[in-house]
Amino acid sequence: MDSVSDLKSKEIKRATLNELVEYVSTNRGVIVESAYSDIVKMISANIFRTLPPSDNPDFDPEEDEPTLEASWPHIQLVYEFFLRFLESPDFQPSIAKRYIDQKFVQQLLELFDSEDPRERDFLKTVLHRIYGKFLGLRAFIRKQINNIFLRFIYETEHFNGVAELLEILGSIINGFALPLKAEHKQFLMKVLIPMHTAKGLALFHAQLAYCVVQFLEKDTTLTEPVIRGLLKFWPKTCSQKEVMFLGEIEEILDVIEPTQFKKIEEPLFKQISKCVSSSHFQVAERALYFWNNEYILSLIEENIDKILPIMFASLYKISKEHWNPTIVTLVYNVLKTLMEMNGKLFEDLTSSYKAERQREKKKELEREELWKKLEELKLKKALENQNSAFNMHSILSNTSAE
Amino acid sequence: MAGAAAPGTGLGAAGGDGDDSLYPIAVLIDELRNEDVQPPLESLATVEETVVRDRAVESLRQISQEHTPVALEVHFVPLVKRLASGDWFTSRTSACGLFSVCYPRASNAVKEEIRQHFRSLCSDDTPMVRRAAASKLGEFAKVLELDSVKSEIVPLFTNLASDEQDSVRLLAVEACVSIAQLLSQDDLEALVMPTLRQAAEDKSWRVRYMVADKFSELQKAVGPKITLNDLIPAFQNLLKDCEAEVRAAAAHKVKELCENLPIEGRETIIMNQILPYIKELVSDMNQHVKSALASVIMGLSTILGKENTIEHLLPLFLAQLKDECPEVRLNIISNLDCVNEVIGIRQLSQSLLPAIVELAKDAKWRVRLAIIEYMPLLAGQLGVEFFDEKLNSLCMAWLVDHVYAIREAATNNLMKLVQKFGTEWAQNTIVPKVLVMADDPNYLHRMTTLFCINALSEACGQEITTKQMLPIVLKMAGDQVANVRFNVAKSLQKIGPILDTNALQGEVRPVLQKLGQDEDMDVKYFAQEAISVMAQRLRKLDLPVKDSEELSAPRADKNHFLSPTVPGDNTRKGPAYQLHVNTRDKLAQLELAERVHFPQSRD
Repeated sequence: MDSVSDLKSKEIKRATLNELVEYVSTNRGVIVESAYSDIVKMISANIFRTLPPSDNPDFDPEEDEPTLEASWPHIQLVYEFFLRFLESPDFQPSIAKRYIDQKFVQQLLELFDSEDPRERDFLKTVLHRIYGKFLGLRAFIRKQINNIFLRFIYETEHFNGVAELLEILGSIINGFALPLKAEHKQFLMKVLIPMHTAKGLALFHAQLAYCVVQFLEKDTTLTEPVIRGLLKFWPKTCSQKEVMFLGEIEEILDVIEPTQFKKIEEPLFKQISKCVSSSHFQVAERALYFWNNEYILSLIEENIDKILPIMFASLYKISKEHWNPTIVTLVYNVLKTLMEMNGKLFEDLTSSYKAERQREKKKELEREELWKKLEELKLKKALENQNSAFNMHSILSNTSAE
Repeated sequence: MAGAAAPGTGLGAAGGDGDDSLYPIAVLIDELRNEDVQPPLESLATVEETVVRDRAVESLRQISQEHTPVALEVHFVPLVKRLASGDWFTSRTSACGLFSVCYPRASNAVKEEIRQHFRSLCSDDTPMVRRAAASKLGEFAKVLELDSVKSEIVPLFTNLASDEQDSVRLLAVEACVSIAQLLSQDDLEALVMPTLRQAAEDKSWRVRYMVADKFSELQKAVGPKITLNDLIPAFQNLLKDCEAEVRAAAAHKVKELCENLPIEGRETIIMNQILPYIKELVSDMNQHVKSALASVIMGLSTILGKENTIEHLLPLFLAQLKDECPEVRLNIISNLDCVNEVIGIRQLSQSLLPAIVELAKDAKWRVRLAIIEYMPLLAGQLGVEFFDEKLNSLCMAWLVDHVYAIREAATNNLMKLVQKFGTEWAQNTIVPKVLVMADDPNYLHRMTTLFCINALSEACGQEITTKQMLPIVLKMAGDQVANVRFNVAKSLQKIGPILDTNALQGEVRPVLQKLGQDEDMDVKYFAQEAISVMAQRLRKLDLPVKDSEELSAPRADKNHFLSPTVPGDNTRKGPAYQLHVNTRDKLAQLELAERVHFPQSRD
């Protein structure tokens, strides 16, 4: 398909669309009931299309340039027009709902897979307005987004519009009424939490974390399942993701209630202890930065008797062994802070740690001794057998020589 | 089912305290029945992770085969029904994979229920479930009675093929093949073809792509008459589809399509209805399309025969040989043998040569590598004079390419050429040029000489090897680069079997021994390897060899130790002697001791 053919006609169309946008924005009383059907038809005809296959099959959204839509000069104006139409004070959802129905919304959602970020941006705003004005479509929209995400997580790992959809969801969640419906809680646990496992998390993590925190602000009893869920999916080999997860944990801790904190402090700090001793300095640093957060510090102080034993061993070890001097400095500061919180406990842990290390060293030595003994035993046995074989052999050769 | 662990022995002996608790479980595993294993599999079939679910479904399918028909209805079918009515979509998707295995042996009433469940899953709310149902539709149709296929499956198929999600529609196309195989021609025309026609013109390129991809299967399933009336026009449209992916998929199928047409009249069909479209594709804008076409177009020459090939196909081949995309040119060259059968490639040789020469110098090494692979074939077809005149210099140039993989392939290439053209040709044309490289200032090129000698010695025979190659190899033993020296040792080992014993004794052995004293570790090692191999060969001819040379080689011959002693034979010392002589380190001792050990008493 040639994008530079028919230039004259394309220019005429562009000018007309421009006129339409102007007209609708500046005049009142122009959106009459008889026009709705044609307006929606025009919009559908222009934007609803099967998205072409990607030119670059190994498209990496972070690195590569996206393939932009060739007909953007027209499509952009159509989207503009659509938005002005929806936002116009004369717009009446009761009439429009005959035309902007489930089929329309379904096709709109499919367009979110477009590679062109400008289109996705428009779609985001359009969907947001539709969700706001058409109460009857809300459940359907949520369900379809559900399906898109589930397919993304479990089947294809590919969808360009995840971040935009999550942004819309953020404001939807913000508007949830309390108590939260079971459907919403299920969405959180079965869709949003597993979405953390996606390979391209970096592209939409900010929006995802925002959604999660919004949920927790609505209903604090969700804290425990959420944190346990995140711990379950904690990245084991991707350090970049670990840093993101730590960021999200800090955001959650920022709004956590002290009672909820008590429920998850042990498993959480076990994970933080591992992060702190990670050999990847960014992960260790991010985990140690928790100690710069006033609120977290106060939570730790309140629960120091539970937390310090968990953290102590790894902190102590790193202060002696980590390769990165910045980390070592940070660790010293953290140790100092903890010591100031509860000096006695700190001392007890120090001495028991030392005793523990001695015990471990002794065990190591014993094990090595055992292996050495086994080697010698094997050698002895082998020689014995060989000697007996030689004896047999010489007996045989003597007999044959005779 | 899992086998039972040996009760007690290893387990009880080792731990003593809690390990015996494994014993009852071990026995139970043996006694487990199929139905006992089902519950855990059922819950695994509902988890989120697709890999886990798929394996659980696989296992359940296997179990179903082991049930008796009665047990099937009592234990298995209820499980399937529970999964099919589960409220989270995961269990429903798993259920889709289980219908076809329990249907055949169920009673009629149960069969009705199973069909009912499948119907409802095909119109499930969640697209994931509909996708799963669509992908299993063909399999399910195969186990159904023909009436049910017509009355129930076909409507389901039609619905899924017009689903609003294209991911569901394209799976229906796959099912189409299976369904078409079950129906008669009349039924096909009435029930399936309308849907298929629709799919070939679907607004989503993915569905059209699927039609193109499955074209050969569809062709076979619908039979020649419908192919002629419906499929060929559809194929024409796919060949000029607006999406390159679809055109490429269709182009891939051109040869198969033509081959599967009925022999009578197929020439006319191809000439009139397919060829015009193919001509367009040769100048397509997208390189994948052209490349796909190039890989199959040559195959048409055998179908169309000599005259048509010369008049119509030859211009296309030539055009593609000059294409700017190297992959297209390569695909043409790789399929030359089809054309050779029909018209001989002399016709092409004019255009072939520039194409080959350009590909041989392509910037991408993989392209160069591909051309080298075809060189023996081309040489054989073009003949020795043409080769010497035009292609010989190319082959030599490859020997000094920057990329090792090219040099290696070029060496193999030479070996194959010698096999084709004979030793005299080799002696006159190849060998002198190869041996000249031994004086090249670049050590990599000198090593290439050795690799060539390795490859060529067998094909060239003893005389050439001894008289011409061996002196060069021996000379290089004094090279200043260690890599060259140890490759000399390796070469001598390789060509040893071809040389005669005089050469071995007189010329090779002294050189190897000197290399065995080299200051470089690797040179020493390879030299000693070569010596021990050579010593073996010489021993077979009853020539004296020093023992100490053998022991230093780490991989000493096992048989040597275990062979019975013959009185009076000095060369075969008893095992004990070996042991005492060289006990440098315990490890070697242990190794030797193990070899002396009688196998049965190993614990």
